[in-house]
Amino acid sequence: MKSHAEAAAEFIKDGERTDWHDETLWFVRAKRDLAAHGLPEWEQLRDWASEIKNHTLSNISQYLTAFEKNANANGITVHWAADAEEHNRIIHKLIKDNGIEKIVKSKSMLTEECHLNEYLNHHGIATIDTDLGERIVQLRQEPPSHIVLPAIHLKKQDVSDTFHEFLHTEKGNNDPQYLTEAARIHLRDHFVASELAITGVNFAIAETGGFVVCTNEGNADMGAHTAKIHVACMGFEKLIPKAEHLGVFLRLLTRSATGQPITTYSSHFHRPRPGQQMHIVIVDNGRTRQLGRPDFRNSLKCIRCAACFNTCPVYRRSGGHSYHTAVAGPIGSILNPNLDMKANADLPFASTLCGSCSNVCPVKIDIHEQLWKWRQVIVAEGYVGAGKKLSMQGMGFLFSHPNLYRFAGKMGRFFMRIAPFMVNNRLNPWYKQREMPAPPKESFGEWYIKNRKK
Amino acid sequence: MKVGLFIPCYVDQFYPKAAIATLELLEKLGVEVGYPSGQTCCGQPMANSGFSGLTGGCDALFVKNFSSYDYVVCPSGSCVLHLKEHLHAEDEAQAVALRSKIYELTEFLTDVLKVEQLKASFPHRVGLHQSCHGQRGLKISQMTELVAPGFSKPLQLLGMVDGVNMVQLDRMDECCGFGGTFCVAEEAVSAKMGQDRVADHVKNGAEYITSADLSCLMHLEGILKRQGSAVKVLHIAEILNHQ
Ligand code: SF4
Repeated sequence: MKSHAEAAAEFIKDGERTDWHDETLWFVRAKRDLAAHGLPEWEQLRDWASEIKNHTLSNISQYLTAFEKNANANGITVHWAADAEEHNRIIHKLIKDNGIEKIVKSKSMLTEECHLNEYLNHHGIATIDTDLGERIVQLRQEPPSHIVLPAIHLKKQDVSDTFHEFLHTEKGNNDPQYLTEAARIHLRDHFVASELAITGVNFAIAETGGFVVCTNEGNADMGAHTAKIHVACMGFEKLIPKAEHLGVFLRLLTRSATGQPITTYSSHFHRPRPGQQMHIVIVDNGRTRQLGRPDFRNSLKCIRCAACFNTCPVYRRSGGHSYHTAVAGPIGSILNPNLDMKANADLPFASTLCGSCSNVCPVKIDIHEQLWKWRQVIVAEGYVGAGKKLSMQGMGFLFSHPNLYRFAGKMGRFFMRIAPFMVNNRLNPWYKQREMPAPPKESFGEWYIKNRKK
Repeated sequence: MKVGLFIPCYVDQFYPKAAIATLELLEKLGVEVGYPSGQTCCGQPMANSGFSGLTGGCDALFVKNFSSYDYVVCPSGSCVLHLKEHLHAEDEAQAVALRSKIYELTEFLTDVLKVEQLKASFPHRVGLHQSCHGQRGLKISQMTELVAPGFSKPLQLLGMVDGVNMVQLDRMDECCGFGGTFCVAEEAVSAKMGQDRVADHVKNGAEYITSADLSCLMHLEGILKRQGSAVKVLHIAEILNHQ
């Protein structure tokens, strides 16, 4: 597997595409700004959202128990999954027990996190992703590169080529209207035939035992309304205490995500319709562990709006796939080391710690501070290269000895000597696309002795 | 009021002019400035790379050098942020006390000295690079993400300089991509970010790019020079001190 830096370098090789990716996402960020700045109470909403999530996480077992009780009373079956494997097994069993053949899925990052598609494929069961962007990447056998805009790394021509190959559309026809219609006809067939629909959950309400799914395409509703079994999958952090709290989150979610005042469809599900089965799979998959890490528990407040992706100057220029995990971007970089520290040790370093992510986050997660803290943990656990360790130890030593520091500086501006990355040669990553600063004759310290210490 | 001047390692070694301008500016404003000779680095390069365990030596030196001053002033927002957040000492109370006395130059000028006029002139078109650590970390200017009234301490000061013509950027507070060791560990992204940042200034007609943080400027300068651009970088102290 390529590290973030390697994959990002690949992505950036196509400069035009990188600029386009950057500008498209910046456009979304600008729309978010416009929407946020239109609400004088924006910062107040963020405070509330953060506090509600904080409170819920602090009392999570109580709210989960209440949710299960109320959901059961509504006729919903609640399942508990300790990890991804169990989540997949539960769904597989529902499919087998009910003799299901046709499955549609509305975009759910949790099922991506659990690799449900691969699991079911492995057992000979095909699922159709019905979110347009998600369907495009599914046809291409790629993972989504963004949690809200899964195919944002693709241009119109790419979509046209993909549809030509799989849906037999006209070759070279890049007209979005034409392509969308083709997708619509294709997906309608699957909706009509579907027997089981899988959806995500944006908010589950302890008080009512119901849940809310937000989509712009209405595909969650189309699936859930036609299939005889509706399976909703949620990480346990999706819980909120009361229905009255929903307004805070619904106002924040889409403004943060796309700059819309609200999603086109904010669908409330409370009970199965007569003859239908409704199931909820509540997943832990490392969340309890994260909840138990005081420095990182805040990351569970995330409502998956992706505002931190759109604002992140690194994400915009490296593309989602460079993060090699289901949830990319800044929030992914603090969630994924919890799932697998070794495999994701590079991610907390894929940031300049500029802090823009923490500022846009509607639930006020201290994202960039958590990135800093993960770096400390990763180094302490030994998941860092020997070369880096050595140069850091060298620096630490040099900077602890003022006389040595001054001597090294005098001997030719020490960075060029001791810091391996600051040397003018082809192996020096700095020098590849940047000139070194011109070393002055004397340091400030030397100047000071001559000019002030008379 | 006794002010200790902290000149971080890379400024000391590569940008003495900015340090001299900082010193002269403070002296001109009637401040008694001391420069302890045993200073080196704030420790940030190690800490931001995950090696905060290796900053003990830097921290101890810092406490030894600066504890006796009323304030510590430094022309680099990023180093100041690191010290404010992560300076530790054997006597932790001493470190905590020191943390609250550390100021980035522009915030010291506006908030402590409450400077209202400067004798300076710089008749050029200037782009201001809002360094992230200064802006979002130290809050020396408002950030575009937040819904709150705007302000900018560096701009407030630049407004006192005769003849300065500030250029409007398309992206007001986008990161330049330096990020300490990020600039080499993620060379491709870092360089691309720097090129994009420079392009915004150039496109809007800047002759100079300034900032309260030289580390960003070092990065942008590296890119400008490689491009053979005539646009120059200058630390804000050099403009505020320019006659
Ligand atoms: S961390 Fe915050 S900004 Fe990022 S996706 Fe989650 S809620 Fe949105």
